[in-house]
Amino acid sequence: MSFHPLMPYGSEAFQKSERTLMSRGEPFAFTPERAAKLEEICSKYPPERRKSAVLAALYLVQEQQQYITASAMRHVAEFLRITPAEVEDVATYYVMFFKAPVGKYVIQVCRTLSCALAGAERVTEALSEKLGIGLGETDASGMFTLLEFECLGACDRAPVVMVNNEHWHEKATPETCSKLLDDLKTRGLSALSGCHLHVER
Amino acid sequence: MDPILTKYVREPNSFTLDFFLKHDGYEGLKKALATQPNDVIDIVKASGLRGRGGAGFPTGMKFQFVDKKTPNPKYIACNADESEPGTFKDHVLMERNPHLLFEGCLIGCWAIGARVAYIYIRGEFYHVQKVLESELAKAYAQGYAGRNIMGSGWDCDIVIHRGAGAYEAGEETALIESLEGKRAQPRIKPPFPAVQGLYDCPTAVNNVETLCNLPPIMLNGAEWFVKLGPEKNGGPKLFCISGHVKRPGVYEASMNTTIKELIFDRAGGIREGHQLKAVIPGGSSVPILLPDQLDIPASFDSVQKAGSMLGSAGMIVMDETTCMVWTAMNLMHFYMHESCGKCTPCREGGDWLWKILARIERGEGQMRDLDLLTSVSNNIAGKTLCAFGDAEATPPLTTLKHFRAEYEAHIREGRCTVPADWRAKGAAALAH
Repeated sequence: MSFHPLMPYGSEAFQKSERTLMSRGEPFAFTPERAAKLEEICSKYPPERRKSAVLAALYLVQEQQQYITASAMRHVAEFLRITPAEVEDVATYYVMFFKAPVGKYVIQVCRTLSCALAGAERVTEALSEKLGIGLGETDASGMFTLLEFECLGACDRAPVVMVNNEHWHEKATPETCSKLLDDLKTRGLSALSGCHLHVER
Repeated sequence: MDPILTKYVREPNSFTLDFFLKHDGYEGLKKALATQPNDVIDIVKASGLRGRGGAGFPTGMKFQFVDKKTPNPKYIACNADESEPGTFKDHVLMERNPHLLFEGCLIGCWAIGARVAYIYIRGEFYHVQKVLESELAKAYAQGYAGRNIMGSGWDCDIVIHRGAGAYEAGEETALIESLEGKRAQPRIKPPFPAVQGLYDCPTAVNNVETLCNLPPIMLNGAEWFVKLGPEKNGGPKLFCISGHVKRPGVYEASMNTTIKELIFDRAGGIREGHQLKAVIPGGSSVPILLPDQLDIPASFDSVQKAGSMLGSAGMIVMDETTCMVWTAMNLMHFYMHESCGKCTPCREGGDWLWKILARIERGEGQMRDLDLLTSVSNNIAGKTLCAFGDAEATPPLTTLKHFRAEYEAHIREGRCTVPADWRAKGAAALAH
């Protein structure tokens, strides 16, 4: 079909959108514990405002299967009694939701001014060299994904690295990156320094 | 001035309810509950407390604007989405003094007649959120939140809501949208949140530090608060100092303190062997101050008079190794990435500004690019729904204003002319 007689619309010329649909993925349903937890979260908002819990629901999806799929979004929509489009709208907007498979450890290096002034670029570079991957990529072993992140709000302990959206590593240096990756492999998340405010108390 | 909000943050147990109760904890709330809500608003107004999130709007006025006659519920939405680059003060307050925030939320709720306060905390602060949640459970268990608070017969809930990584969620109407489970995009104002906010009900959106000031105001009175700082800039203020200083950190001081004192006395001055080049005094969204402009009180009004803004008091200090074209480019990457996409000037303009800045930094710029930068920036500022547009236009405009020669040197010599010892060797390969 054509919207204008003189324009060369048509499937070949026209349908070249860069938009990629999220993969449908495996059939998805929350585990009973997570469903109960989400129901409890919903109860904190007015009954007709279950939609408020959509961010919490998507975090739970990610906890269960690492990244968001179309099946999962459909399940969340049914759970919250909203449309799948409303869930996709939110899932594609917020940066902390992964729309494709990621490694076991997602390494998110803060790149904004204060961290950059303290050498964040060098940290990213060292991580990239050590892992042999570029930004947004996952290494062959499926262990690490490397990302840059915008201001994490810990500028006094720059540069800051966040792992898996939750765990902090402060005052990263290019020299210790290699050791950090090895330690993550062997010791898991305890290899990270944590947030000093949390640790020092 | 002795610290007030952060007095005990270095004590290992400062975050616990027991510790808080031993140090005047919930005494401000007790006093508030014995006072008529309208009188509480009057006290807050008399204190002159100004919003600590960035705009510096009087908090008492904000409370007063909340529609009291509506049959609908009213809400407090606490903005704990601290994401202005260079700002990390609310982080300390929540991690080390969570009950002060709860107390502030409850006083705010009492004043405007709300029964729920939502604390919208950024997703990256998950470790902070866990502290808030466990301490909130204790407050509930001991009758400092929930039903019949402190035996007064008054009920009020506090709910912690986790964001998911969106700078724009720090804008008050975008925060409300995000709380409703939508994209964090701003609404057209008016109606202001005080009339039609969360779930279309009257809502007061307040920053963490702002709410944390309410308990000491209730406890010590408005007059005490006013006297702590210069006229119209009373009370304690948290300053976040980061960048090329010896002791980066959060420092609590009166707004009588000069920026120079904060940087050189409190934060220890510039790192060894280097000189100060420029300071961004209030988070990345505000204009730069030069070294000779720093001998002014760090108050909302003085910094504004000097041509910048106190904003969120996130001070980013840069020494002579910092290239100002690169600085503008780095911040523009932030704004390009964080633009919510609702208004065309900001969404498209940010992208173009970043492209132009990046090509100048690479040494591929032309002199006419400088006028182009100014023109694109001026077509964003003031032409968007929220203040993001003004913030986005600031880095190129302020660096061009003060460091035009540096831009011209990049273009003339075809390379970055400022040697930095902290940048990556192959920065270009990482698509910076």
